Amino acid sequence: MERKLMKGNEALAEAAIRAGCKCFFGYPITPQTEISAYMSKRMPKIGGVFLQAESEVSAINMVYGCASSGIRCMTSSSSPGISLKSEGVSYIAGADLPCVIINVMRGGPGLGGIQPSQADYWQATKALGHGDFQLLVFAPSSVQEMADTVQKAFDLADQYRMPALILADGLLGQMMEPVAFDDAEIKFADASDKEWAACGHGGKRVHNISNSLYLKPDELEARIVERYQRYDEIKAKHTEAECYLTDDAELVITAYGSVARIAKAAVDAARKQGIKVGLFRPITLWPFPEKELKAACANADNVLCVEMSMGQMIEDVKLALECKKNVEFFGRTGGIIPKPAEILAKIVEMTQKGAK
Amino acid sequence: MMTETILAGFGGQGILFAGKMLAYFGLMDNKEVSWLPSYGPEMRGGTANCSVCISDDAVGSPLVTEPDVLIVMNGPSYDKFINDVKPGGIAIIDSTLIAQKCERTDIKCFYVPSTQMAEEQGLKGMANIILIGKLIKETGLASDEVIKKALEKIIPPAKAHLVEKNIKAIELGKNA
Repeated sequence: MERKLMKGNEALAEAAIRAGCKCFFGYPITPQTEISAYMSKRMPKIGGVFLQAESEVSAINMVYGCASSGIRCMTSSSSPGISLKSEGVSYIAGADLPCVIINVMRGGPGLGGIQPSQADYWQATKALGHGDFQLLVFAPSSVQEMADTVQKAFDLADQYRMPALILADGLLGQMMEPVAFDDAEIKFADASDKEWAACGHGGKRVHNISNSLYLKPDELEARIVERYQRYDEIKAKHTEAECYLTDDAELVITAYGSVARIAKAAVDAARKQGIKVGLFRPITLWPFPEKELKAACANADNVLCVEMSMGQMIEDVKLALECKKNVEFFGRTGGIIPKPAEILAKIVEMTQKGAK
Repeated sequence: MMTETILAGFGGQGILFAGKMLAYFGLMDNKEVSWLPSYGPEMRGGTANCSVCISDDAVGSPLVTEPDVLIVMNGPSYDKFINDVKPGGIAIIDSTLIAQKCERTDIKCFYVPSTQMAEEQGLKGMANIILIGKLIKETGLASDEVIKKALEKIIPPAKAHLVEKNIKAIELGKNA
């Protein structure tokens, strides 16, 4: 496989096509517009659909319609645009439909800024819309991993009939790194194996309806309970994390996405000073890799959560560790990317005061 | 071994392209590489810069804050980045466009009148590549074979005649 340089955004788009995504509905917003641009060039050449909607709200509702027919489809945006999509995401979850949504995060709230941020963690993992539901949430930390995650996101979304979200940020979207794709032929996934799809059947079966409205409480409750049984299975089977030098670590850093790679540089620098520090990187943010984190912190009394926000994932870290460890926080926000030296300084500070 | 470079100048000078070329040198040499542009309103006629990391191991932070190498093509960028260069690092300065002289003694500065050289040699718009040539000379970053392979990757087949021009600009820079 030949390695070539691609922007993270472009790699996401190419990977989606290779995962069988036939339809893309987008609306431009920095720093993810390259996804739309790439799709607009590539999709018409291979018989797929690229459609620039008139708004984010429209794009997500096109996804809702397309997903009901069993065709693999995707939309992408950045923070303010994702907020606009939230109503549609809730409807898609309520109708138990699979799709992939990409959020290349930028600074918020409001229009915020256009530089990288991780301040949408809560939105992504707790409530991307109203009602009882979750999304599968993935947090890749390199361009190659962005590409690899897309296939997984589509497959799990199909398997569990739910939307999947890839949570990236402006740094990952804009940077170029080597990426390799396997040479398999591009084949759009069809609806033939989806018995729920509203896709036309020549009168051979009872027709399917996609819907999120259930006025009888017992019926609605039954649907939600069934959905949460699927969530339980996902929690048991599909958590993912990377551990780096955590075996003997007395201090464990938790960080995801682009910040994790910056934290890794800080870990390497601290190790050179003889500090026993490691890195725990959640790859799935929902479900959060709780048991993996517990295991990684087996020998550590202290945990440092580093984020490009004022501290959001830290709550899941504390919950997973049942508040038995001393968990501290370092973050930059508003579009400022933390420097390895800043994280190192915090590591040294925690080590010197013997933290807990 | 990791080489971190910042390239900076005005939008339109080919700063991002020169950075991409550097990244491709690394890629063709089977190294790990990253390329990160500044993006946003500062690109409209203002300053443009990018970070390039070339490393034997996986790249940590793609954002370079203390470069080993600075290639700089305008005054405002010189003022912004010259003090960030790591002690022992090098700065390659387009002296046609930058009047300032560096007083730091802990870094090596090379003044190359690349914009003027490009115009005189019929290579208008390739001052950026001349500076890349100087970088190769001073760091030994890429062999001739790697340079050729990288140029063939970056330059689309329809513009193949530009490969030779780029090689000429690199040679000029090496001898500057």
